[in-house]
Amino acid sequence: MYSNATQTKVTCYHCGEDVVEKHYHIKEKEFCCRGCQTVYEIINKSDLCSYYDLEQNPGINQKQEIRKGKFDFLDDAQIIKKLIHFQDDTHQHIIFYLPQMHCASCIWILEHLNKINSGIIKSQVNFIKKEVTIIYNFHETSLKKVAEALTLIGYEPHISLNDVSTDKVKKYDTTAIVKLGIAGFCFGNIMMLSFPEYFSLAKSDDIGLKTWFSYLNLFLALPVFFYSASEFFISGYKGLRQKFLNIDAPIAIAVLITFGRSLYEIISGTGAGYLDSMSGIVFFMLIGRYFQNRTYQSISFDRDFTSYFPLGVSVINEDGTEKQISVADLKVGNRIKIHNDEIIPADSILFLGKATIDYSFVSGESLPVEKSIGEIAYAGGKQTSGAIELEVVKEVSQSYLTQLWNNEAFKENKEKVKVSFIHRVSRYFTYFLFSIAAIAAIYWSINDPSKVWGAVTAILIVACPCALLLSATFTNGNMIRILNKYKLYVKNASVIEYMSEIDTVVFDKTGTITEQGKSEISFQGIELFETQSQLIHSLANQSNHPLSKSIVSFLPFSKRLNIKNYKEFKGFGTSATINGHFIKMGSSDFVLGKDSAQLISGSRVYVSIDEEFIGYFIVKNAYRNGLEKIVSSLHTQFDLKILSGDNSSEENYLKTIFGNKTEMLFEQKPEDKLNFIKHLQNNHKKVLMIGDGLNDAGALKQSNVGIAISDNTNNFSPACDAVLSGKNFTLLKELVNYCRKQKTIIFSSFVLSILYNFVGLFFAVQGDLKPVIAAILMPISSISIVLLTTGLSSFYELKLKKLNPDKSQF
Amino acid sequence: MSAIFIMIGASLLLAIGFLIAFIWSVKSNQYEDDYTPSVRILFDNTTIQETKQETNNNTKKTK
Repeated sequence: MYSNATQTKVTCYHCGEDVVEKHYHIKEKEFCCRGCQTVYEIINKSDLCSYYDLEQNPGINQKQEIRKGKFDFLDDAQIIKKLIHFQDDTHQHIIFYLPQMHCASCIWILEHLNKINSGIIKSQVNFIKKEVTIIYNFHETSLKKVAEALTLIGYEPHISLNDVSTDKVKKYDTTAIVKLGIAGFCFGNIMMLSFPEYFSLAKSDDIGLKTWFSYLNLFLALPVFFYSASEFFISGYKGLRQKFLNIDAPIAIAVLITFGRSLYEIISGTGAGYLDSMSGIVFFMLIGRYFQNRTYQSISFDRDFTSYFPLGVSVINEDGTEKQISVADLKVGNRIKIHNDEIIPADSILFLGKATIDYSFVSGESLPVEKSIGEIAYAGGKQTSGAIELEVVKEVSQSYLTQLWNNEAFKENKEKVKVSFIHRVSRYFTYFLFSIAAIAAIYWSINDPSKVWGAVTAILIVACPCALLLSATFTNGNMIRILNKYKLYVKNASVIEYMSEIDTVVFDKTGTITEQGKSEISFQGIELFETQSQLIHSLANQSNHPLSKSIVSFLPFSKRLNIKNYKEFKGFGTSATINGHFIKMGSSDFVLGKDSAQLISGSRVYVSIDEEFIGYFIVKNAYRNGLEKIVSSLHTQFDLKILSGDNSSEENYLKTIFGNKTEMLFEQKPEDKLNFIKHLQNNHKKVLMIGDGLNDAGALKQSNVGIAISDNTNNFSPACDAVLSGKNFTLLKELVNYCRKQKTIIFSSFVLSILYNFVGLFFAVQGDLKPVIAAILMPISSISIVLLTTGLSSFYELKLKKLNPDKSQF
Repeated sequence: MSAIFIMIGASLLLAIGFLIAFIWSVKSNQYEDDYTPSVRILFDNTTIQETKQETNNNTKKTK
């Protein structure tokens, strides 16, 4: 049982964070904030306290309060209709995405939602996808109330514009598993029925039994040939129609020939055929494909701005009343109200209120921008200082930011641009194979024409490039699994190959090499006494300005002080009388009365107490830990470049890390970034782009490999090829180098399989391939390939293992 | 020896039965989420009056 009495540091009973102010407690349970306490009360009242027994401090921190009325738009009948999945006379089904879901307790409480809202009939969690399916009686409750109930216990559903887009339901595709199951079933049974043949048990005296077995085998092979193997035929045919010989074509030919020869042998009664080998190899190849395509389900790689934008927005009618409408229905001229921490959905002009807009995600500017009435605020910015009213000047799809998605980079399919080396290798292999078959055919047609047909078919049966496909799929599958372990989630297997060819690495600045929402802060001046730092802390705590907020988090909190005459001067600073001392804080113009025009990196905040200047704070971007180390190691191998949407104030500092030669571009618009990548590619560079925000979306899409960095995999990340956890940023070079091993591994196992092929060919060219030999060679070579690829990919992983800084799961 | 004709046929029919069960389990999305049921089954049912949890079908593929 959990008790926090033994710990010197008190942690919140709900969310496990350190408790700073001991204001909130119920009995001996301490809470870090009112939010957490409220959630505990609700859970306690609903008799759901097992929540806290299943896992320690399972809750989600509630320091950020969620505005009342946030889900008002869910009362709109149109929106409800678009969101719900199913409806009958009394029930509605809704699937909510809950990114906060992280443990067994979450599953438990989310499946007992009817204790909190009795209108909820059933709720079922899909933990892998972080989704909960809720069935509720809409006569007793409403969608809005369901969403509010979830929010009440700390699981605020993530509802974005993307949820109402037309083709939302990505159906779980079961065909691959069914094909695999059928192939496995038939393979096993054919093997079993072939045993008499292998050991020559059914001697010629029992022809009836032998034919019975053979025909049963044929019957079992039909679904394998016509259903399970169909994808090889389809893909091979498609390739040939585009005049391209891919790896599936020779495989399809081999399967076809094996089946044809077996059919002939069985019907003519001359032999048992190779149906066991055929279904076996199809089964193994399907396993490989399945293994390779199994990607991380909870991460979506195709997000565009719609999953970042909110779904509903309050529109103010002419008579002053507020109405919730869907963002998609927003028209030019609409007056909208944006609350604190909400995203501006369309380009609009500020009408009323004080706007401090955080564009870090949209444009890369690290500090929020203040806007005055009449100025234009671009879509995608996040309002950070209270409610404002704006007038829409452009529709959502036409705004400055969203236009990026009209670029052609988003239209073409990158997969088709480059052909995997597997197909090239398979082509050589196929030519080689056909020449051996031809030589054998010529040889036997001279020496013993009766053996031509047997030898040629046997060669094509035994040596199809199945082994190459097996090596590739198992290697890729295993590498994807290992990369996942190091929090690099790749979209599909071809990303590994693209990654191995990279020669240029382009970094975004804000949020990528700097840590999102964090700034480095230091104080220059006199040594601060505790009383002085208390005074500064209290003053800074009054203001919502981002610089004040950084100072608050920098100084230790002690106690609440008595504040009088608090004043805020926009663009200059703040002042107040605290405990009888007059404190000023802000620009040097404001505090010292003169402008210091020094150009240095970061922003300064000057402080004076009782009109006496005591020093200034420097607030700088906080760069990721170990940045210098990783940059110097990457330098040896790649061309590095920086592409930032921010201003060049940090250029000098960046030069000290990246060196003078590194190309650095600042104040880049999203299109500029995209075009820069294009330009590099035109110069035959293979570009790896690392970014995080919406403004990088174009560049990420255009680059050969686009990696989105994410400090929290639940957060939004733009469309990309891979997502890397910010904690493992320092592993970048090793991860790229690990991907480079892909070819080595595939080739090694391919060479091994060729050795087996030679043994098989040895029998085949003599026209003397017994089914039992094929049946032994096929599984042995397949299994040894699987073992070798697994072994090698784990061996190369050792280097990563030593360096892995973040071992936590999920 | 003729018994073996029937035996083999019967065993195959039985196996096909299992195959159909497997396909049904896949089609009814039982493989969609392979984590949550493993946690769900460990919860105490004492606080739940109506057990509405889906039973966890483990159909086996036969050889």
